[in-house]
Amino acid sequence: MTTQHTTWFKAAPISAFPENGGACVKYHDRQIAVFHFKQLDKWYATDNECPHKHQMILSRGMLGDQQGHPKVACPFHKKTFSLETGLNLQGEDYCINVYPVKVEDGFVFIGV
Amino acid sequence: MAQPQKVVVVGNGMVGYKFCEKLLNKAGGGSFSITVIGEEPRPAYDRVHLSAYFSGTSVDELTMAPASWYAENGIQLLTGECVLHIHPEAHYVMTHTGRKIEYDKLILATGSSAFVPPVPGVEKEGVFVYRTIEDLDAIISYAQGASRAAVIGGGLLGLEAAKATLDLGLETHVIEFAPRLMPRQLDAAGAGMLKRKMEALGIQIHLNKNTAHFEGESNVKGLAFVDNTSLEVDMVVVSAGIRPRDELAKQAGLGVGPRGGIMVNDELQTTDSDIYAIGECALHKGMIYGLVAPGYEMAEVVANNLTLSIAKKGDVKSFHAFDMSTKLKLIGVDVASFGEPFCEHTPHDTIVVEDKLKGIYKRLNVTTDGKHLLGGILVGEADNYNMLLQMVKNQMILPPNPEDLVMPVRKGESAGAGMGVASLPDDASICSCENITKGTICEAIEGQNLGDVAAIKKCTKAGTGCGGCVPMLSDLLTETLKKQGKTVKKVLCEHFDYSRQEMYHLIKMSGTRTFDEVLEKHGKGCGCEVCKPAVASMLASIYNDVIAKQAVIQDTNDRYLANIQRGGTYSVVPRVPGGEITADQLIALGTVAKKYDLYCKITGGQRVDLFGARVEQLPFIWEELIDVGFESGHAYGKALRTVKSCVGNTWCRFGVQDAVGYAVRIENRYKGIRAPHKLKSAVSGCTRECAEAQSKDFGIIATEKGWNLYLCGNGGIKPQHAVLFASDLDDDTCIKYIDRFLMFYIKTAEPLQRTATWFNKLEGGLEYLRDVIINDSLGICEELEKEMEYLIETYHDEWRVAVETPEIRARFTHFVNSEEADPTLEFVEMRGQKRPSDW
Ligand SMILES: Cc1cc2nc3c(=O)[nH]c(=O)nc-3n(C[C@H](O)[C@H](O)[C@H](O)COP(=O)(O)OP(=O)(O)OC[C@H]3O[C@@H](n4cnc5c(N)ncnc54)[C@H](O)[C@@H]3O)c2cc1C
Ligand code: SF4
Ligand code: SF4
Ligand code: FES
Repeated sequence: MTTQHTTWFKAAPISAFPENGGACVKYHDRQIAVFHFKQLDKWYATDNECPHKHQMILSRGMLGDQQGHPKVACPFHKKTFSLETGLNLQGEDYCINVYPVKVEDGFVFIGV
Repeated sequence: MAQPQKVVVVGNGMVGYKFCEKLLNKAGGGSFSITVIGEEPRPAYDRVHLSAYFSGTSVDELTMAPASWYAENGIQLLTGECVLHIHPEAHYVMTHTGRKIEYDKLILATGSSAFVPPVPGVEKEGVFVYRTIEDLDAIISYAQGASRAAVIGGGLLGLEAAKATLDLGLETHVIEFAPRLMPRQLDAAGAGMLKRKMEALGIQIHLNKNTAHFEGESNVKGLAFVDNTSLEVDMVVVSAGIRPRDELAKQAGLGVGPRGGIMVNDELQTTDSDIYAIGECALHKGMIYGLVAPGYEMAEVVANNLTLSIAKKGDVKSFHAFDMSTKLKLIGVDVASFGEPFCEHTPHDTIVVEDKLKGIYKRLNVTTDGKHLLGGILVGEADNYNMLLQMVKNQMILPPNPEDLVMPVRKGESAGAGMGVASLPDDASICSCENITKGTICEAIEGQNLGDVAAIKKCTKAGTGCGGCVPMLSDLLTETLKKQGKTVKKVLCEHFDYSRQEMYHLIKMSGTRTFDEVLEKHGKGCGCEVCKPAVASMLASIYNDVIAKQAVIQDTNDRYLANIQRGGTYSVVPRVPGGEITADQLIALGTVAKKYDLYCKITGGQRVDLFGARVEQLPFIWEELIDVGFESGHAYGKALRTVKSCVGNTWCRFGVQDAVGYAVRIENRYKGIRAPHKLKSAVSGCTRECAEAQSKDFGIIATEKGWNLYLCGNGGIKPQHAVLFASDLDDDTCIKYIDRFLMFYIKTAEPLQRTATWFNKLEGGLEYLRDVIINDSLGICEELEKEMEYLIETYHDEWRVAVETPEIRARFTHFVNSEEADPTLEFVEMRGQKRPSDW
């Protein structure tokens, strides 16, 4: 595999994100949902758009796990997506992009 | 990053589509740039279930994936475009519009076309084939002016087509060249039985008939046969076999078989190693596979091997000869053949069961030592098909009396004594279209708590191809659940092993006040979208803390204290107790709506709903509403909604009590109380019942002497009238009963269970409920009243708290790093107001 060059976008301070919940980050014309999964001590970033009905909403989704696998449920029709792979967990055909996240000096960065 | 490899797929049929899906799943976006060119005017659809189109299944339902799916996954889809030439040297293809498309790897999934024998007159109007949606449309429209149809070909597809013309109301004839129906799948005895069955349906069968020419001028009027007989018909469907579409390959100089088909090796490569052929156009070891399952397996092999060449991990897959077992999907006629139906070259013994009266014929071919099943034929009853097929595929040892496997099933007995799904090995492939094993399915059922076949389909994809394995999925489900000793206890979800009632009790006993504490004490894992809101609701019912303090465990409506609507904006519903509102309040609502450009609607519950508020506008809107005395209406919560009222004796000439006054008192008493589901109520001022109180969770109707109390009514999906619980109550007694009733419901219902369903499941029914609430048979009434008193005392207006608490208020933004509103919100004009544009 070729190593991909990642650009890190400085999104917001840690405190801007709710614990065990999500918030939406604006990056140019794009909307990225960032989740602070405190229970697992992990951060995740995905598209904010839910592919089911194209709603800009996933940041307001609910976090959870399915057999230990972290997921987010869309508030509209409760479609669930893996936070690790972006795949729909009900086995439907749509999925979301996931992005790397790092936390440095109290700030959250998204790999775009 | 390396340039993505250019993969071009010619043909967007079932197999071409499946290939794209599999390649995406394996490689993800990015590694390949995929272009699919299909000649048909629409994206791939389920050809196997094409006949369902006649019975009203829509094109959308048949579609494998909508055009948007391709777009979302970065696949370029060209429909209505036909590839004319392949240029293997220069690595590009040319379409009929002159478009030139370059490839690194080319996948031919061109399928096949119906074979139409060159009989004179075949070009006449009224002669059709049966392969595409357009064919079916043409048949349907021509059939309106026709009364007699013939289907040429008595094979699997021909019989399906015949059933279709029969269902279109036409007199239907099937013309078969061979001396029997389905000659490739059935022996003479089986075919004979099938013929009787088809005739019983009203389809006339003509065997040993060779069509000499089609009669008629421009439109077909009949068939003339070689034996000098003829048949008058006014339309014909030709179903005489398929021809692989190898014309492109042939022209490009690729190897094709003498009787058609693009020659491929075990990796499905044609004679040019950058060009693959899959599905019905491919000729593998002298075989064309006219079924979807082998085509899917070919797609799997190529998708795997292409991914491999990029990711450099995993194993090369190859395609092996595939089982050709089939079951006819005609309603009312069970026919199947599996494994080796004839065993022409394999030594064997046969077991035959024939019941002419019932129209059943079953044949099993068994190895001469009686140990294994080789194949067989089932006509008239094919319940055991899946099981028998599995026994062949897995070379399972036969039971001592193999004839039991085909003895006719009697009512109340299960098919195939002693050989249920339980006896299958874990690696038995249950769904051959998607190649999914019993082990995978059972694991999914157990691991993911699947409760029905639909969930299994979703989760594992089993049963989504030809659908033949669906009965087995259902057996596996029953079997697995039984093994787990399940079906009785309703636990919350995988994170809590308790029913809601148990949870409620545990939370109260342990004094846990946050989700994290509850999870730590009584659950496991991190929680999910099922248990978080359920626990949130219980915590609210028990403690009545400010729910916004634990925002992330609330369903989105409760999280933002507003109802989310299409497009992602919210609606605002202030409380209007009893529907009584002052002119000043009305003006204030109008002013706010105008200022924030909100869509206004009067709800069914006598209040005003303001739609289209952006999340960051909500606190500002509420601030203004609170200023004129409004409070949250909890339209977003599983809580008390409205207490509707008629105007009662203060104005109405029939009224006997003050309905509005009482409704206001009740609404103010129970506002803000959270329950397993929403609660609605109404008060009518006399027996004319203008407030429709009998459709509510608790409804009150005035009498000369006081109030009649009705409980557990429901509108919604399954409307149910409330039952009369007690009569002629005075103001306070009525309220005392409601207190007890609501608390009893809150403590004992399942999550999201309305009072009506709760009541229907309540053992002892109305008598029991009266005993508990009026006679205090459980001795809990004092406690219930105390708990209700606590909830009423701790009432707070959630919106006031939200607006006045900076940490909570700060969360009402769309972006964390910008003040901007969501730029993707779009509205259109509608009857002088706005609404969100379509999804
Ligand atoms: C009525 C009916 C019932 C059936 N029932 C069953 C069943 O019960 N079980 C079962 O297993 N199978 C069944 N089949 C067979 C099954 O549908 C086929 O095996 C399967 O559809 C083959 O898929 P494919 O993608 O290889 O070919 P197709 O689905 O035929 O797709 C090929 C596509 O390629 C397009 N194409 C061809 N050439 C070009 C070109 N040059 N440029 C652009 N596009 C091109 C064609 O227009 C077509 O859309 C049935 C078929 C029919 C018609
Ligand atoms: S229910 Fe009776 S009191 Fe109420 S509006 Fe109707 S007629 Fe009048
Ligand atoms: S009936 Fe259906 S469409 Fe109407 S508000 Fe209720 S959920 Fe929405
Ligand atoms: S829009 Fe996300 S689940 Fe429907």
